[in-house]
Amino acid sequence: MSDSKPRIGLFVTCLVDLLRPSVGFAAVELLEASGCVVEVPQSQTCCGQPAYNSGDRKDAQAVARATIEAMEGFDYVVAPSGSCAAMLREHYPTLFKDGDVWRERARHLAERTHELISFLVDVRGLQGVSARLSAHATYHDSCSGLRELGVKDQPRKLLNSVEGLQLTELRESEVCCGFGGTFCVKYPDISNEMVTSKVRDIEASGAKLLLAGDLGCLLNMAGKLKRLGSQVEVRHVAEVLAGHIEQPAIGEERN
Amino acid sequence: MQSQSHAFKERSSAALQDVQLQKALANVKTGFIDKRAAAAAALPEFDALRDAARDIKNHTLAHLDLYLERYEEKVIASGGTVHWCATAADARDAVAQICRSAGAKTVTKGKSMISEEIGLNDHLEAEGLTVVETDLGEYIIQLRKEPPSHIIAPAVHVTREQVEADFRSHHKTLPDDRKLDEAELLVAEAREMLRQRYLEADVGITGANFLIAETGTSVIVTNEGNGDLTQSLPKVHVVIASLEKIVPTLEDTCTILRVLARSATGQEFSSYTTFSTGPRRAEDPDGPEAYHVILLDNGRSAMLGTEFEEMLRCIRCGACMNHCPVYHAVGGHAYGWVYPGPMGAVLTPSLIGVEKAGQLPNASTFCGRCESVCPMRIPLPKLMRHWREREFEKHLSPAAVRSGLSAWRFFATRPRLYHLGGRIAAAMMARLAGRKGRLKSLLLGGGWTKHRDFPAPEGKTFQQLWAERQRSEGPAS
Ligand code: SF4
Repeated sequence: MSDSKPRIGLFVTCLVDLLRPSVGFAAVELLEASGCVVEVPQSQTCCGQPAYNSGDRKDAQAVARATIEAMEGFDYVVAPSGSCAAMLREHYPTLFKDGDVWRERARHLAERTHELISFLVDVRGLQGVSARLSAHATYHDSCSGLRELGVKDQPRKLLNSVEGLQLTELRESEVCCGFGGTFCVKYPDISNEMVTSKVRDIEASGAKLLLAGDLGCLLNMAGKLKRLGSQVEVRHVAEVLAGHIEQPAIGEERN
Repeated sequence: MQSQSHAFKERSSAALQDVQLQKALANVKTGFIDKRAAAAAALPEFDALRDAARDIKNHTLAHLDLYLERYEEKVIASGGTVHWCATAADARDAVAQICRSAGAKTVTKGKSMISEEIGLNDHLEAEGLTVVETDLGEYIIQLRKEPPSHIIAPAVHVTREQVEADFRSHHKTLPDDRKLDEAELLVAEAREMLRQRYLEADVGITGANFLIAETGTSVIVTNEGNGDLTQSLPKVHVVIASLEKIVPTLEDTCTILRVLARSATGQEFSSYTTFSTGPRRAEDPDGPEAYHVILLDNGRSAMLGTEFEEMLRCIRCGACMNHCPVYHAVGGHAYGWVYPGPMGAVLTPSLIGVEKAGQLPNASTFCGRCESVCPMRIPLPKLMRHWREREFEKHLSPAAVRSGLSAWRFFATRPRLYHLGGRIAAAMMARLAGRKGRLKSLLLGGGWTKHRDFPAPEGKTFQQLWAERQRSEGPAS
């Protein structure tokens, strides 16, 4: 790695932008602390998964082209979400035919795109963080990050370095929480069954804080926990690692 | 079998309410998963074997015509007959014709998904034949007059208590006070009931896990040994198999067998693996006098050369459904046709049309667990996404989805408008939620708020706050 600070384009993700800016700021803090310069292109919107996963390839391509343009020219592109990072990294290149210039541009973007926590550990070589939090937490492995990008040990490694944090493994932590983008509204009853069994495991873990790396899953699990009147708090893992916990937890009351 | 796949949503909601079913499904969730994981961990070359198995099948599919011809030659050379059947009806007729010319009254059957696919039992019964399923699971669902709900464990949706009740009401010749409260006792009783049937049968029908081109051999794997009795005692043996079951050589077959049982049940090998080549030879002590293979296409050759070709690698191990959280929630019957779970979500639309089965590839969160365990490395989520694309191109997806997506595209490709809209939406929703921090209902999100609260936005968007921060810090150096 050269001495100059790598320039990072932060892909905020539409859910973080709209619903939980504190995750974006936590990401910025973690990246800056690891010696990066962070920029946030204004022309980014959404990664295109709603269209892509609905079989609407044309619209997915249109949005991908816009994202590629917005995020070009950085040393790395980093997203605080396994599913959006996987969209850019694994799926964008497949959206365009061989020989299409956009395929090359997509590939170029894909090569430098990373999920936040795996970027910090695998690319920046981060061994630990300086945050402290006295809490009993458990961690859910969101599907895309886990299976498409191999995010598994990295968040645990960093969480174990948080002073005061006790981490208990969640039973079946690798089983989908039932979010699945549009799945949760297209098949609400099945989705409910899945998130209900997830919430049962969370309660059984005894932890009072649930963490994960994807806001979609977090909203789903937080929404169910709150509906059931649970006391378990829900946060994005980046918030805890950055010591960025002044905001109420997801779905929690504000003062 | 009549497809009910179009009613997946209603069927799955009913399944979620079914207390007995939910009790039975709990077994899928635990047993199969741990056993596969242990079997995979115990074999260092497991993943390399998966690659080898995938490569064998890819090679075979690329030269399918060649291997099928070779296979037929070898079957004929060993004294058997191959019946090429383009459709389900052709296959039904061919089996019925064989039974008629054998003067058959009773037919025993080993487990075969193809026979479910072509609706064979009903057809043979209409011809006046008595059809007896000999696989324990198939036997149970035959008594219950139900279709299978899993490709390797057809009665996985039935609890032990239900089986006990079924046996008591059907096995009238046995004493009422017999003990039946353990699985072994049920197995023993089914054996007892089937024994005479094996001897009575004139024709034995089995499926095939593999057809070997090199030798003209059909292979079945079972854990009960019922397949052996089915195919060796009657004077006619009929194998029904679809054409993608072909494998070039014996050695290839052994490679794939090594991943099959481990993926399916976590066994190193199934209890019985039986190779049959042609009818009984002069020097053989026993075996059938005639050997027929029903080779079914039923839409498979149309998958060759398309983006769905990879699905033809499937060896029906069931690992994908054993690991699928949607299958765990609703069981196999919700899928409405022969093939449930992730493999069914890809195969069913291929065979009966996306018009009828489009719900299945949509009912997935794309969590990817199926692909991660598939021994043949079939990219199931990708293939489901291809079906969604076909569906979208054919304008089969709901109008609300389509107009929603084009509105979304309009904003997503116009960043200024998008950010303005986002700011307004975030502020409004935050205000609506007030201090509670969450919403109990949403204008267009009934599917979400039926079962959960919606965590409210913080109020300002990230982009808005970022711009404010940049302004207060002055231009970046
Ligand atoms: S798709 Fe793969 S995991 Fe599923 S049944 Fe076929 S081979 Fe087994």
